[in-house]
Amino acid sequence: MTTRFDPELVVVFGGLLALLVTATVVGATLRRRVTAAGARATIENAWQRIVAWWGMCAVFAAVTAVGPLASTALFALLSFLALREFVTLTPTRLADHMTLVWCFFVILPLHYVFLAVGWYGMFAIFIPVYAFLFVPIRAAIAGDVEHFLERTAKIQWGLMVAVYCISHAPALLMLELPGGAGEGPKLLLWLVIVVQLSDVFQYLAGKTLGRHPVAPSVSPGKTWEGLVIGGLAATGVGAGLGFLTPYPPIVVAGMALLLVFLGFAGGLTMSAIKRDAGVKDWGSSLAGHGGVLDRIDSLCFSAPILFHLTRWMLGDGA
Amino acid sequence: MSHPLTPVLIVAVKLLCGAHARWVGCAPEERQRVYVANHGSHLDTVVLWAALPPALRARTRPVAAADYWSRGFRRWLATRIFRAVLIPRGVPGASPEAREASARAAVESTAAALDEGSSLILFPEGTRNPGADIAPFKPGIWHLARMRPGLELVPVWLDNLKRVLPKGKFAPVPFLASATFGAPVVLGDGEERGPFLDRLRTAVVELGRR
Repeated sequence: MTTRFDPELVVVFGGLLALLVTATVVGATLRRRVTAAGARATIENAWQRIVAWWGMCAVFAAVTAVGPLASTALFALLSFLALREFVTLTPTRLADHMTLVWCFFVILPLHYVFLAVGWYGMFAIFIPVYAFLFVPIRAAIAGDVEHFLERTAKIQWGLMVAVYCISHAPALLMLELPGGAGEGPKLLLWLVIVVQLSDVFQYLAGKTLGRHPVAPSVSPGKTWEGLVIGGLAATGVGAGLGFLTPYPPIVVAGMALLLVFLGFAGGLTMSAIKRDAGVKDWGSSLAGHGGVLDRIDSLCFSAPILFHLTRWMLGDGA
Repeated sequence: MSHPLTPVLIVAVKLLCGAHARWVGCAPEERQRVYVANHGSHLDTVVLWAALPPALRARTRPVAAADYWSRGFRRWLATRIFRAVLIPRGVPGASPEAREASARAAVESTAAALDEGSSLILFPEGTRNPGADIAPFKPGIWHLARMRPGLELVPVWLDNLKRVLPKGKFAPVPFLASATFGAPVVLGDGEERGPFLDRLRTAVVELGRR
């Protein structure tokens, strides 16, 4: 069964296209009409985000059409870019050089190879067992003891968030879902749509109606109004797109709500790390959005939980 | 004409370290300039080069030490990809006359590249400097500025490349690195060597604090 001409995928990507066109028309109109100095910056940022969204949707649609291996390769690249952003903001020392060479050029590719060949057991333990023990050993051999535990823990956390957690999104493709191989890409698409739309809705609701910040010392932009209204809207869309998932109708709304919450929690946690490092964005590779990690932080926390809950529901997890 | 493998190299460099350009003191204009940067890593040249917009990159040649870049793969990279201007470096222990002759030859071949219309990338510290500070600048750049009055020297701060590929390491680690371009420095009327080199070096150091 090929995913390429799956009518459900065509409908959903058609919907995304319509959403992008609408956002572009609204954005272009606002750009022409709004002249107030305060609002200009917000509109310009929103416009940059819309332009970047066209690119991100095009890339995602392309890899979905090509097949599971292409999707896995895309997430491997995202992991690479995310880990690069993470270690850049982490105060590593010269003695960490070879440890990091191993992380980027051996551990990361191997982990994705285990995923691509469908070796679930190794995929699940390679980073938390082998890599997590390897990192301090290699650092100890390098001989620099200054802030040893702190440096080790930070590199491990980078691998955890940027590689291990994110890889659970394409890992959905390896699950044996009822309905065959064509169902995996649909579940991945559902995850990405719910989590990313939740970010967009929370941003819009927060910008227009937001009054009360959830955690002002961590992220002043995240408000209760944005979280509740944006989150519920995303949950609604997630429930409406339930045909992409293997879950029964009652379960699907609950799953979407859980993803919204975990996406928010991921964004907040990653903001706390940024605050600690004294920066606002992880990088500048996606105009308007910041870095790659700024865009996929909500996926880091939601993907592993969705993967394991689904695996458990399918009866593989006992 | 640029080599067909140049785009491959540029993509590889951007994947490794982003090579993000920040133009804070001037705009990326198509005019003759000498980019003067701090030097801490083998990657400095290629990252500064990759950070330039393609039109500017096509007319910009790095100035590099002939003794290091004259053999094998390095030679191919320097002559075919970068079209580097290779200049002699002072040999330790050589006679004062020999040193003077090699310094003059270095400045003259650099000036000749300017006369062909090229922009240049120059590291006036003379060699890679592993410390946190910037070493004193060598006087060649002052001689060059005197020979070509009005020449724009753009100070450039290369950030984080010592982490990507420190001196003495062979495998790079991907870190985000950037090139910050400052306001052009032009040699003043009758400006002496010492004050000019200090002024230029300070301009580079200041960019690193931004």
